[in-house]
Amino acid sequence: MEEQVMVYKESEVPKLSVGVSPHVRAEDSVEKIMWTVVACLVPPLVWSIFLFGMQSLYITLVCVFSCVATEWITQKALKRPITVKDGSAVITGMLLAYTIPPGVPIWTPILGCVVAIYIAKQLMGGLGYNIFNPALIGRAFLVATFPVAMTSAWVKPEIYLTQSAQVDAISSATPLYIIKHYGLSVLFEKYGSQGKVYLDFLLGSMPGCIGETSALLILIGGLYLLYKGYITWHIPVSMIVTVGVLSWIFGGEGLFQGDPIVAVLTGGVMLGAFFMATDYVTSPNYSTGKIIFGIGAGALTVLIRLKGGYPEGVCYAILLMNPLTPALDQWFRPKRFAPSKGGLQ
Amino acid sequence: MYNSALTFYKGGVHPPERKELCEQNPIEAMPLPQEVTIPLTQHFGSPCKPLVKKNDEIKEGDVLGATDSAMAALVHSSVSGKVKGVEECLNLMGTKVLGVNIQVDKDSPPISYQVKEWRDKSPQELLERVKAAGIVGMGGAGFPTHIKLSPPKEAKVDTLILNGAECEPYLTTDQALMREKAEEILEGAKIILKILGIRTCFLGVEENKPDAISALKDAVAKGKEEYDIQVKVLKTKYPQGSEKQLIYAITQRKVPGFGLPFDVGVVVQNVATTYAIYEAVVLGKPLYERVVTITGKGINRTANLLIRVGTKIKDVVEYLGGTREDLRRVIVGGPMMGFAVPTLDIPITKTTSGILFLTKEEVDESPHKGCIRCGWCLDACPMGIMPNEIGIYVEADRAQETGQFGVFECFECGSCAYVCPAKRPLVQFIRYAKTKAKR
Repeated sequence: MEEQVMVYKESEVPKLSVGVSPHVRAEDSVEKIMWTVVACLVPPLVWSIFLFGMQSLYITLVCVFSCVATEWITQKALKRPITVKDGSAVITGMLLAYTIPPGVPIWTPILGCVVAIYIAKQLMGGLGYNIFNPALIGRAFLVATFPVAMTSAWVKPEIYLTQSAQVDAISSATPLYIIKHYGLSVLFEKYGSQGKVYLDFLLGSMPGCIGETSALLILIGGLYLLYKGYITWHIPVSMIVTVGVLSWIFGGEGLFQGDPIVAVLTGGVMLGAFFMATDYVTSPNYSTGKIIFGIGAGALTVLIRLKGGYPEGVCYAILLMNPLTPALDQWFRPKRFAPSKGGLQ
Repeated sequence: MYNSALTFYKGGVHPPERKELCEQNPIEAMPLPQEVTIPLTQHFGSPCKPLVKKNDEIKEGDVLGATDSAMAALVHSSVSGKVKGVEECLNLMGTKVLGVNIQVDKDSPPISYQVKEWRDKSPQELLERVKAAGIVGMGGAGFPTHIKLSPPKEAKVDTLILNGAECEPYLTTDQALMREKAEEILEGAKIILKILGIRTCFLGVEENKPDAISALKDAVAKGKEEYDIQVKVLKTKYPQGSEKQLIYAITQRKVPGFGLPFDVGVVVQNVATTYAIYEAVVLGKPLYERVVTITGKGINRTANLLIRVGTKIKDVVEYLGGTREDLRRVIVGGPMMGFAVPTLDIPITKTTSGILFLTKEEVDESPHKGCIRCGWCLDACPMGIMPNEIGIYVEADRAQETGQFGVFECFECGSCAYVCPAKRPLVQFIRYAKTKAKR
């Protein structure tokens, strides 16, 4: 590049920009964070296409398109700046799709997307002001409006990595459904052995929602977000550990007979812990509050799974913790380095 | 490199250091400009009243301004010449202050200063020399040094800390000074120790300045005398050079909110100020020139320049061969806490540590968005206050309620705004909140 050097003359000096300090900023921006999350969500989708067929892709595309379109129309109608480029609506669309059984008619999730973006996000004030995780509100709405499709449209995986699962009437039921209605031993029997269950569930060859089956791929994405510093360990670790411990204690026929590994590998615990419970807006800002939030979400997940009407509880557990976020932020503040002795606290 | 590097435990950020642009440059004296404008307010406290008038012939080192107020420092002439007028000039904050405009007489012989013995003098006499030299804190705030060196009787000061952290990116003033004037700085430290009547001194330097650290260590090894002086290597982390963070890193003492270092028995002096104290006490030279880092990708040549107070930025630019086409922002001070100036017609003062000429690629001008509540500012804040909430409260016109978030403990280091992915002007929100919040 040719260097252009100018000797100062009053009239020629370029117009100087002014602004408040700091004049330099870190490179991370809202857009960069959001699109990185989108990228981290792609591998589970690719896996899902292998597992359940192109239906997974179509549903995800429908969700993403509906969310982005709803955001654009809403912001246009409310005369707000259009922010669809920041990627947050894309994330909502992907996360919503990931919590839907792959066998639903592909127009089903559209309504959920409209509710997620229009009501749960934009009417609450837009990004930064929503109380509930939009994707989970969308899912909860779909469960209420299409209860049958949302709880039974499971698709039998096309590939079983360990070739162990036996094809029979309940082989397309989700593991949590089997555990809830038939017990752990039936699950192990269906998949061959305990070890094969663990391996299948870790890699993700089991029936389930579009994006929640492969714990490993979700974990890789989550660890990348941790490495980038976009999320912290507090919520995922506290939530997963709580689900594991409580399922181990209460999830079996007697105390301490549950299977913690099956509990955390199934039912979207990984997806919820790394990608949903860590949503900036609807989770606490500070580490102490985050840990409480994660423990609460984990405990509610196990409670709903074991005592509730649905076999899985991640969605409602996180939704129930979301409105506690402002309170947790109030109660658990950073420790001041050196507060003044009197007066202000 | 140094495993035992000291630091503060809470918050802090690591902006790109960009010291390589200027750190190798030796201190270089800038030739006298045609004229200078010396502001009569270069310190924290009351403005000085002019003691000269138009057409007065003055000599380098003459007193130009003084005041009866206790909270002030004398202003001296940095050049010999003729007063063209006493008129208003812009300071870097963009406000107008009274300044003395002097036509420089370049033929006037330079003043030479003789070494004066100081060890046999009383602390009071040394303090008078500091006061007569018009020394102020040269790190930025400009607090009159003779006041800082006169702690109240009830304060049990036992430690002197010399601040050579220079944690602001780009700036290399203190580094160059420590590298080249280590022995003088040490002499200055001994003078301060004598004034304070104590014997413990720590020199805090960030580990990214190995040249300064080794120069200081050599100087310490040479002349320890009766004092206990130690070089302390600090971790390279912004804002390591903030007084409270520095005191904590070295002594593990915490200065409470609304408190001063006196409260925990510490006096902190910037190394450039310490060098000025050396010059004042040993040479009898008033503070009227200082080393200023001129750097950034927007200037033709970078330099650690020894500049006379009152020299206009435009003269400095001309001396260094002009600015580059893509110059975007000129900042007086560092990129984290400095002030962007709208014009180059601004004089250098005793507190100007650097002038940055930043190009478009170096400055962040992205527009700010709403808070997405990521909480990164909470982790970045070294004081444990809540910039996110303060910003939201200010936007909601509830700034008067922000005392609960610790707004008055903020020293505006900018770490919160630096990490903010929504690019929110958090420092500006906090400044506004400070004017409204109830104490």
